[in-house]
Amino acid sequence: MLKITNLHASVEDKGILRGINLEVKPGEVHAIMGPNGSGKSTLASVIAGKEDYEVEEGEILLEGEAIDELSAEERAHKGIFLSFQYPVEIPGVSVTNFMKTAINETRKAKGLEEMPANEMLKLIREKSELLEIDRKFLSRSLNEGFSGGEKKRNEIFQMAMLEPKLAILDETDSGLDIDALRIVANGVNKLKNKDNAVVVITHYQRLLDYIVPDYVHVLYKGRIVKSGGKELAHELEEKGYDWIKEEVNA
Amino acid sequence: MDLKEKLVASYFAFEDNLEDHSPLHAIRNNAIKIFEENGFPSKKDEAWKYTSLNTVLKHDYSLFSKGEKAIEYKDIKPYLIHDIDSYKIIFIDGKYSSHLSQTTHEGVDVCLMSSAITKPKYRLVIENYFNKAAKDDSMTSLNTAFSNEGAYIHIPKNKIVEKPIQIVHFSTGNEAALMLQPRNLIVVDENSHVQIIERHQSLTDNPVLTNSVTEIFANKRAIVDYYKLQNDNENASLIDNTFIKQKQESHASVHTFSFGGKLTRNNLNFFQHGERIDSTLKGVTIIGDKQHVDHSTLVHHIEPNCESHQDYKGIYGDNATGVFNGKVIVEKEAQKTNAFQANNNILVSDKATINTKPQLEIFADDVKCSHGCTIGALDESAMFYLRSRGIPEKEARALLMYAFSNNVLDSVKIPEIKKRITKLIAKKLGVNIGFDL
Repeated sequence: MLKITNLHASVEDKGILRGINLEVKPGEVHAIMGPNGSGKSTLASVIAGKEDYEVEEGEILLEGEAIDELSAEERAHKGIFLSFQYPVEIPGVSVTNFMKTAINETRKAKGLEEMPANEMLKLIREKSELLEIDRKFLSRSLNEGFSGGEKKRNEIFQMAMLEPKLAILDETDSGLDIDALRIVANGVNKLKNKDNAVVVITHYQRLLDYIVPDYVHVLYKGRIVKSGGKELAHELEEKGYDWIKEEVNA
Repeated sequence: MDLKEKLVASYFAFEDNLEDHSPLHAIRNNAIKIFEENGFPSKKDEAWKYTSLNTVLKHDYSLFSKGEKAIEYKDIKPYLIHDIDSYKIIFIDGKYSSHLSQTTHEGVDVCLMSSAITKPKYRLVIENYFNKAAKDDSMTSLNTAFSNEGAYIHIPKNKIVEKPIQIVHFSTGNEAALMLQPRNLIVVDENSHVQIIERHQSLTDNPVLTNSVTEIFANKRAIVDYYKLQNDNENASLIDNTFIKQKQESHASVHTFSFGGKLTRNNLNFFQHGERIDSTLKGVTIIGDKQHVDHSTLVHHIEPNCESHQDYKGIYGDNATGVFNGKVIVEKEAQKTNAFQANNNILVSDKATINTKPQLEIFADDVKCSHGCTIGALDESAMFYLRSRGIPEKEARALLMYAFSNNVLDSVKIPEIKKRITKLIAKKLGVNIGFDL
């Protein structure tokens, strides 16, 4: 599904990613962990197509097709979804309005007709129940005045609506209490199937108790320095990141 | 002969043709003198520093339309809010069109200035109200001198006018270039409520200059909601002079939507004569090309315990230029005034300009007055957020601009107007997405 080879990326001439290699197959869950400043969020943004970052070397393939020249919206149309660490507040645009526009623009890009209104309503109802979202919440301005937990739940609601092939969850657990964490994780697990894939970016192991990864990678100084199974996450939780840093710096 | 000379020379012929005993005779004569002395405003006048009339005044305008061009309802329908039941006062090239209009005298007077100033039964209202709110600046005086036609609306006390009233001035291109000077008088008595929509529209690309004056009187506890829809052709210019005199506990609001025209100058003036008055001035301006829109507002707080709310949003592209000049005067007696003013602008192009200037003159010491103006670009992180959900760049930009102007639309009370404005905004931004979902 996703194949990243020797990816180097920088922002304002500062190199952040220094040779990432990662392959994610359909049906898999990958976790990317690492200390602060290791490049985790940059990797997420680069895959999603944020223009501030410059890819200097390497390539990103989605289902065998190079996507690094595509705009953010074109990548979204191809099935990439990024759950933001800090979802942006947009006063004046309701959650429902936003989702309708996003879905219909994606359909338009695929040469499909707009989704009929009743079908849209049904979809919204179904997915909001999955994330235990109050209907009133959907008519509020996007992320404006939402609590940290509401923002993250809203991100996963959008993921549920858009049904991406590859979902990247960037620090989705930050700012969540245990109940919200369970709802969010439950939502992700229900959306998971053999044809899609999830990349979970997280600093802590906590979320991985709920969304169980097939592979865990440790990102440090812009490189994946260690990969393993889910037990690696437990090891990191116990011992912290210092031993990894020592190994790398040695 | 330049336009000023032409106007002054034509005045005497014009005045000769009117009835001898018109109560307006002396008012008109005085007004033409003021115009003759001052002429058209230039950039030397502080109030016109950022708006030059030079390119507008160079045309050889006809001051009165000679022929009459046959206009059918289908020609003007697109410019009306046609999906609601409403009264309509329609003018074609400055002349009242009875077959396109729907006026009334049942309980309320929704009719014509030309009949109000000649018929005895309106004489008292004319004497009490005509030219009593308008200022004597040069452009207003010019209109006063030639005032003869426009809308006359009188709502007696305790009437809630269910149907909105549309006042629409069309120009047909019958003349190579035409100058129009409509004059509207609106008197709303105690406890009454009225909603009015005003529009100026040319049906061809021939140059048109409209110098319009509207006087509105909101008496005790009256509610007046006024909507100005400005989306004229690229050779049409408008100088809109609106004066609103409010009595105690009245609420008056003016929403101005400026999307078109070559040059638009809105002189919007509120005078508060009484306590617990509420005045609302809101606007959305979205222009491009070489268009120019100037909002010059004045709110005069004269008595205690009143409020005013100003909120103007502007989006400027290409070489467009905008002006916001918001003056608030709070007199010494006007304690406990709440006066708010906001002007937020987005410049979409490097060549677009906005000059924004709040002017607060506060003589009372126990008041809450605030003002804020911002000039910025679109939020890039919001753009990425929308695009990452599959919304293309152009549509994302449009959605953000719509969201930016949304709180002005929020206070529009007629849903059909809101819908129409939303569509106009989408069209103006070149996208086809249903915002009003």
